[in-house]
Amino acid sequence: MGFGKCFKMAISTIWASKVRSFLTMLGIIIGIAAVIILVSLMGGLTQQLTDMFAEIGTNTIQVSITPRNGKKVEPDEMYKFAEENKGLINDVSPDIPVSGTVKAGTENEKGKAEGVSERFLNIKILNVEQGRFIQYSDIVNKSNICVIGTYQEQKFFGKGSALGKKLKINGTPLTVVGVLEEKEDSASGSGDDVIYIPYTTAIRLNGNGIVSIYGVNAVDEDHVEEATSVIKQFLNKKIGDDDYYQVISMKEMIDQMSTMMNSMQTVLVCIAGISLLVGGIGIMNIMLVSVTERTREIGIRKSLGAKQKNIMMQFVIEAGTVSCIGGVIGIIFGALVAVAAGKLLLDATIAPSVTSIIVAFSVSVAIGIGFGYLPAKKAAQLNPIDALRYD
Amino acid sequence: MPPLVELEDIYKIYYMGDSEVHALDGISLKIEKGEFVAIIGKSGSGKSTCMNIIGCLDVATKGTYRLNGKNISNYTDDELAEVRNKMLGFIFQQYNLLPKLTLLENVALPLLYAGVSDSEQKERALRSLDRVGLKDKAKNFPSQLSGGQQQRASIARALAGNPSVILADEPTGALDSKTGREVMQFLQELHREGNTIVLITHDNSIAAQAQRVVRITDGKIVYDGPAEGDEIVSKQDKAGDA
Repeated sequence: MGFGKCFKMAISTIWASKVRSFLTMLGIIIGIAAVIILVSLMGGLTQQLTDMFAEIGTNTIQVSITPRNGKKVEPDEMYKFAEENKGLINDVSPDIPVSGTVKAGTENEKGKAEGVSERFLNIKILNVEQGRFIQYSDIVNKSNICVIGTYQEQKFFGKGSALGKKLKINGTPLTVVGVLEEKEDSASGSGDDVIYIPYTTAIRLNGNGIVSIYGVNAVDEDHVEEATSVIKQFLNKKIGDDDYYQVISMKEMIDQMSTMMNSMQTVLVCIAGISLLVGGIGIMNIMLVSVTERTREIGIRKSLGAKQKNIMMQFVIEAGTVSCIGGVIGIIFGALVAVAAGKLLLDATIAPSVTSIIVAFSVSVAIGIGFGYLPAKKAAQLNPIDALRYD
Repeated sequence: MPPLVELEDIYKIYYMGDSEVHALDGISLKIEKGEFVAIIGKSGSGKSTCMNIIGCLDVATKGTYRLNGKNISNYTDDELAEVRNKMLGFIFQQYNLLPKLTLLENVALPLLYAGVSDSEQKERALRSLDRVGLKDKAKNFPSQLSGGQQQRASIARALAGNPSVILADEPTGALDSKTGREVMQFLQELHREGNTIVLITHDNSIAAQAQRVVRITDGKIVYDGPAEGDEIVSKQDKAGDA
């Protein structure tokens, strides 16, 4: 008796008791769907965060310094240090956050500007679409100017009409001298939602006269680690106590985050895996009941010449088919929920990973065969006369 | 030529606690090809056990069973399945048709397990159904048929595999007397065509229609000979005529 025949027989048996088959599958459906949803959402979230970091630049190293006892690091010292380590460090720029109200005309919103030097262009790949970027003279003169992203351009001024207009940050009017090229979709919070001002101006706006944060750009990703340790040595000499400075590379942060996300995903998938196990036990349970119920059928089949392997195959394929169908429904259901949840929760288009689908499907087949084996063996070994007499 | 069925000193012993129950207590029996044998006995006499052993549905505790000259006493479960498939055809009291299969599928089952091709299965099953007059019901399910029709379908199934021995276990037990008679007539006809038939019954009037009667009491053969020779059966026969 061929596999195809067994499969057809399994389908008709499953179809003959639809409700029960569906309830049997439910455990598998939920288990598989949960795995698919979790893996897809975690994947989407990780991708989103990685993209966010990557946009800042994987070569970037952030240096934060807490000044104490007059020990600080002036921008010129940092420039000199970068110059001395040309092999490792591409460039360095102060990067001072200024948060507050951004206002133009009657429009206003909470926002953040970054005080940077003219070298910042080398740290982040930025292209100026209209006008110019911050220049050395702006730093020296502490000019009240700013360079904005397309989000601000479109929100406050309308496309192509921002240059020369005034933008107020915490009440200080700054003249827009440049608009950057659109990087993403000009949405709030995206890479296009940026305001750059001269760092000297930022110091003035913050009112504390100190450059505490620097952005450093390593020559490439492979030199990030070395550059980080060189910077630490330099700061150790300058500041002395390593409690008062912090050097974090983006690469390190991405790695840390990925590790965290991965372990979180493992935990979640394990939890979802439990429901798969429960689903498998459900199948075993139903198959055992089914063997008992169909003892007479098994007896008749054996009296007509069915061998143990025929009976075995019938029941294993039946269990396998039930869990396969459950698996496929689970995959479809899981993929739909994952895509919908991705849209609603992460505002991102999530593609359910092909690996997780293949793994989920294989697992459901394995569960069916694995948990179907025991009942099938029991059925196959029934004594024909005992089975025939069974009522 | 060896006898088709040869039982030699067969015992079937059940152990219940400390006591032994001898369902079959040293039975020896030979059945030649083309015979129509009725095994008769009261319930609990051991006749069903005897039929189960002849039908390879059960194995003897002791003794030798030769089928077509081959000693099959020590065959494995799967080897016995093959013997049942190739050599034996069963007609049960309760028909034992699978309710979720059509008549055609039911009749084709022995052929399916014999590994016959799909088209041949269908052809042979249809021929078999035609023989019992149920060709037009091939697509029906057993529940849509009367008891007599179901029993005819089970006869068709027994014939489909072209067995050497047809074993009928109380074939008329669940039928009214008229359909019972029809089934018996059909068995007679099969016998005339040269089939070997072993009939198990407790009903003397049914047994009277066989060629040879084997009476079992308490696990032992107490009579083995022509139907007319058995005292009770021959009386029944006369009663049937009256």
